[in-house]
Amino acid sequence: MLEIKNASIGYKGGVLAVQGISFTVKKGEVVSLIGSNGAGKSTVLRAISGLLRPRTGEILLNGEPLHTVPPYDIVRRGVAMVPEGRQLFGRLSVIDNLLMGAYAIDSKQRTQETLETVLALFPRLAERKGQRAETLSGGEQQQLAIGRGLMSQPSLLMLDEPSLGIMPKLVSEIFQTIHEVSKKGVTVLLVEQNVFEALHISDRAYVLQTGRIVLEGRGEELLKSDLVRQAYLGM
Amino acid sequence: MSEQLIQQLVNGLLIGFLYSLIAIGLTMIWGVMNIINFAHGDFLMLSMFISFWLYTLYGLDPIFSIPICTGLLFLLGLLIYKYLVSKVMTGPALAQLVVTFGVSIFIANAAVLLWTPDFKMIEKPLLTGTWSFGTIQLSIPKAVASAGSVLVSLALFLFLRKSKTGKAILATEMNRNSALLMGVNTDRVNALSFAIGSALVGIAGAFLSMYYYIYPGVGGTFGLISFCIVALGGFGSIEGAFIAGILIGIVQTLGGYFFDPAYKYAIVFALYLVTVWIRPQGLLGW
Repeated sequence: MLEIKNASIGYKGGVLAVQGISFTVKKGEVVSLIGSNGAGKSTVLRAISGLLRPRTGEILLNGEPLHTVPPYDIVRRGVAMVPEGRQLFGRLSVIDNLLMGAYAIDSKQRTQETLETVLALFPRLAERKGQRAETLSGGEQQQLAIGRGLMSQPSLLMLDEPSLGIMPKLVSEIFQTIHEVSKKGVTVLLVEQNVFEALHISDRAYVLQTGRIVLEGRGEELLKSDLVRQAYLGM
Repeated sequence: MSEQLIQQLVNGLLIGFLYSLIAIGLTMIWGVMNIINFAHGDFLMLSMFISFWLYTLYGLDPIFSIPICTGLLFLLGLLIYKYLVSKVMTGPALAQLVVTFGVSIFIANAAVLLWTPDFKMIEKPLLTGTWSFGTIQLSIPKAVASAGSVLVSLALFLFLRKSKTGKAILATEMNRNSALLMGVNTDRVNALSFAIGSALVGIAGAFLSMYYYIYPGVGGTFGLISFCIVALGGFGSIEGAFIAGILIGIVQTLGGYFFDPAYKYAIVFALYLVTVWIRPQGLLGW
């Protein structure tokens, strides 16, 4: 479904954050990119969602180039992003944040149906739907960010550090939700520092170190690998 | 409270609502794209001249010029964004500042060249005279202009809060990258915001032309006051600009009443300086 081919990505006027990486995400999979802070994981997601452009290499979605599509049209190709730090519209209500998630969908009826599905998935958001997004707790904000991402009915959902800044006891709840979303048929690409939880719900994962992929494998395999255990799980 | 004081309060409110409308356009442009449009006051002046010439050449009363002024200023905003402002959007802040400043100076001087610096007035507008409520006098053109300003401001609030496009503008203002991720063409939102901001000041100019002097320098005074209102209300806050506009209108007329009309702008800017000192973010900013 998603194919990254030999992509090098960097910020304007800066050095390359990611050098010549290649990986694939197949339909229906949950794939994680793991690695420490600064390994280039978020950079990869930003490039797929069009906020950054690869300097060399290609990003293909179902065989078609995605890296030449304008950033505001990426979501119309079925790729949604839940950005790091949630990036909600703080002074808009919960409902309006969700409706903004469906901005690319023209049918009011489809939007309404998706809204009901998302509110059923996150009952707490339904209770707080009139509240401004900035008044929600960290965990609720993350739920809203994921809900907003789902509102565009994506075939590929990308999540950037969904567990960051969330109370530990809510973290497994967030991962549980991601698992449920994937069971409904949405392909998931996850970037996480919480390696243990991420690998548990992943079919496959790639380990990034200083902008390169150093290891790849199935989720459970990587949980057992020495590199992952020593470098990221502290065992 | 003496009747004269009430009269001054009424006058302050009347000019205040118009100030609000002018400042809302300016603060909206700032909120969405972090650009101060220094030509905002000159757009007001242009709109007043459009109204004046429509009256002088075609006998069209300013009240009927409102839609034409609005449309032309919307178009002007769109063109200036597309061909000038958008070119420097990703550049340094100084480049953006110089562009709108350049537009301001160009328009103001072109107006002097074309229409001389003399004061003009629309001699016999349809709306004239006053309504009397006891001892309180209410100028009809001013009352209509103020009521119209409030209605337009309310319409803008509703548009931003209720329509899909309006919400996309607010969302872009709050988080540009997130808006992009949601599928909002943020460059188009910039263009639309610049055009709407210009159209709003266009409406204000058409209203103002019903009773105020029309001359190339008129944009300077109103422009300066609208910057002050935007800062007082809090940069980018439309509600803040609405309240601050009314406040400035009242302070200006009461200041003129208690001290001397010659000092009214000094008092307005003193209020502004005190605000910066005590509450630099303005009433509803940051």
